[in-house]
Amino acid sequence: MENLSPQVPVATAAPSADARQTLIEVRDLKVEFDIRGGVVKAVDGLTFDIRRGQTVGIIGESGCGKSVTARAILRMVPKPGKITGGEILYYRYSRYPDKSGKTKEIEVIDMTKLDPDGELVRQIRGGEIAMIFQEPMSSLTPVYTAGTHLNEAITLHRLLPIKKLGDQMAEKIMQYRPVTKEEAREIAVQMLRRVGIPKPEQRVDSYPHQLSGGQRQRVMIAIALSTEPYMLIADEPTTALDVSIEAQILDIMRELQKTANMAIMFITHNLGVIASMAEEIVVMYMGKQVERAKVVDLFYNPKHPYTKALLQSVPKLGPKTGARLASIEGMVPDPLHLPTGCVFHPRCPAFMAGKCDKLIPNWTKVGENHWVRCLLYEE
Amino acid sequence: MLNYLIRRIGYALIMVVLVSFVSFVIIELPPGDYLTQKIEQLRARGDRSAEQQVEMLRARYGLDKPFLERYINWAVNFVRGDFGESFEFERPVSEILGARLGYTVILALATTLITWFLAIPLGVLSAVRQYSLTDQVISVISFIGLGMPGFLLALIIMYFAIIVFNLEVTGLFSPEFQDAPWSFAKFLDLLNHLWLPALIAAVTGIGGLVRIMRGNLLDTLGQPFVESARARGLKNRTVIWKHAVRIAINPLITILGSEVFPSIVVGSALVSIVLNLPTIGPVFVDSLRKLDMYLAGTCIVFLTIMLLIGNLVADLLLAWVDPRIRLE
Repeated sequence: MENLSPQVPVATAAPSADARQTLIEVRDLKVEFDIRGGVVKAVDGLTFDIRRGQTVGIIGESGCGKSVTARAILRMVPKPGKITGGEILYYRYSRYPDKSGKTKEIEVIDMTKLDPDGELVRQIRGGEIAMIFQEPMSSLTPVYTAGTHLNEAITLHRLLPIKKLGDQMAEKIMQYRPVTKEEAREIAVQMLRRVGIPKPEQRVDSYPHQLSGGQRQRVMIAIALSTEPYMLIADEPTTALDVSIEAQILDIMRELQKTANMAIMFITHNLGVIASMAEEIVVMYMGKQVERAKVVDLFYNPKHPYTKALLQSVPKLGPKTGARLASIEGMVPDPLHLPTGCVFHPRCPAFMAGKCDKLIPNWTKVGENHWVRCLLYEE
Repeated sequence: MLNYLIRRIGYALIMVVLVSFVSFVIIELPPGDYLTQKIEQLRARGDRSAEQQVEMLRARYGLDKPFLERYINWAVNFVRGDFGESFEFERPVSEILGARLGYTVILALATTLITWFLAIPLGVLSAVRQYSLTDQVISVISFIGLGMPGFLLALIIMYFAIIVFNLEVTGLFSPEFQDAPWSFAKFLDLLNHLWLPALIAAVTGIGGLVRIMRGNLLDTLGQPFVESARARGLKNRTVIWKHAVRIAINPLITILGSEVFPSIVVGSALVSIVLNLPTIGPVFVDSLRKLDMYLAGTCIVFLTIMLLIGNLVADLLLAWVDPRIRLE
């Protein structure tokens, strides 16, 4: 079969990371859940951006708003959640020319303004920004084969160039057609092979219950990548897997990212995983972004007391020291009654009475590409 | 699969034998038999000569033989297609039940179809629009349907149909078609008369199924595979019907075989009595009261067979719908 890849105008590898084009720009995002007891601010003033081909990690405790952020980008915030402020700018350039045959320039779409069930969102969802989830065991519909799942994504989002006979000259106007059933299956098998599933020709007809947890997550990745998205949102993709499988899955993701020049938004609470995957990290606490830095800066020079505490609470291998594992004092506050001032102040080792519980810290720059939200670093 | 089918049919046969035996025992339990009742009646009327006549009948129907012999005789003849004779009507059982059996099956099927075609969309709508006005209205109506016995509804509808709309609602045929040979017009007439009783008999089942469908779908909609289907960019409608409903419907298929179908067969007996439908139900109830044992036994066996077939169909349907339980 011919090369089934569409002619993606790949952004030529930029010389330095920072020169790469912006793909997603989240500005002051706010997501609220209006529940019986009150309003939970699941995400409160989140700002970050992701460039093409870049991996951004988002870390934080359970319930800090990581997953909600991911869903907000795809406009899939579950009820009764609502995006109440900010914007999510998606720098889209359409992969396929429109009906008049022209390829459009980059178009900036504010995802927060779109109809969450609309045509445009559905094109982006899965086709341009794909997502994989925490629970591979139940992320595939039990009554459909791996192939059926792949097929759905492929037929929905992939188009193939029409080859004109005797017209191989540089034809600027390319035409595309939907994939046929056979081609979709072909692509499905190819994808399964790429994610390292043995005997993909047979496995494509396996039902989810015939696959192991690791294989299911591979299938999920295959589905996500079968549409050649510009960005992959990975919401704790390896949490439910054991360590050796986790390493394999991470390898596959890194591998495929390199070949496809795809951005990854990697959500996790596993600091070890994030250190090996991400270039830039956003630390969240109770819906607020507390620190953002390059991975090296964050691990070697953390600024926010919460980040420091998180890093200290990672168990270390090595000679027995007899020291107890450090943990963060206190409890995660009730999301309905967040503390005044800095939300972290009741648990903060660097708590400054009369200041931290009264003043809301600002987003402060403390170094190149290193931002923190803490009164310690404010004038 | 074929093995499984053969085994299931084998079990079903054993079941039929057991059920028929047990029902025979139960019919036998009250003191006396049909003829004792008859003698009492005749005596009360002062008919002396009846005594000998009764002895003759007793011998003819085999009522003088021991119970086990009578059962075996009947069962063996049953397999041959001879279902015995009804005491009450003094005619062969097959003649009495013949046409009724067909109508019973048709009514049960129509009721089942109506139950499903109404209950599933209503349940889905109710779940997808959880807590909306639509959901509340559907819920209230389905609770009323669940709580209202079919025969009561039949009486109410009959009242309104006859008094207010001046309609003919009883029976399965218009008078002019009652004894007419089968034709397309007669078939249409049957359909015309069938939908109302079927709908009435379906109401209870619909009420329950709507609630179950709603609950299951709400459960399923919270599953990760629904979210990941949506994340693939599928239309909301595709996500709901192809991914969520497909899973949520499984328990309903089991319920179809084990609860809905039996309750339709049983529940429609009362509706049939009220609406004067020529199904097995009314005859069966009557035969039990009169200890007309061959007739009652045959009714029970046929109802059992219907249930077993319903169950088997539900199980096969489930295996077809859900690969996880498909047998190798």
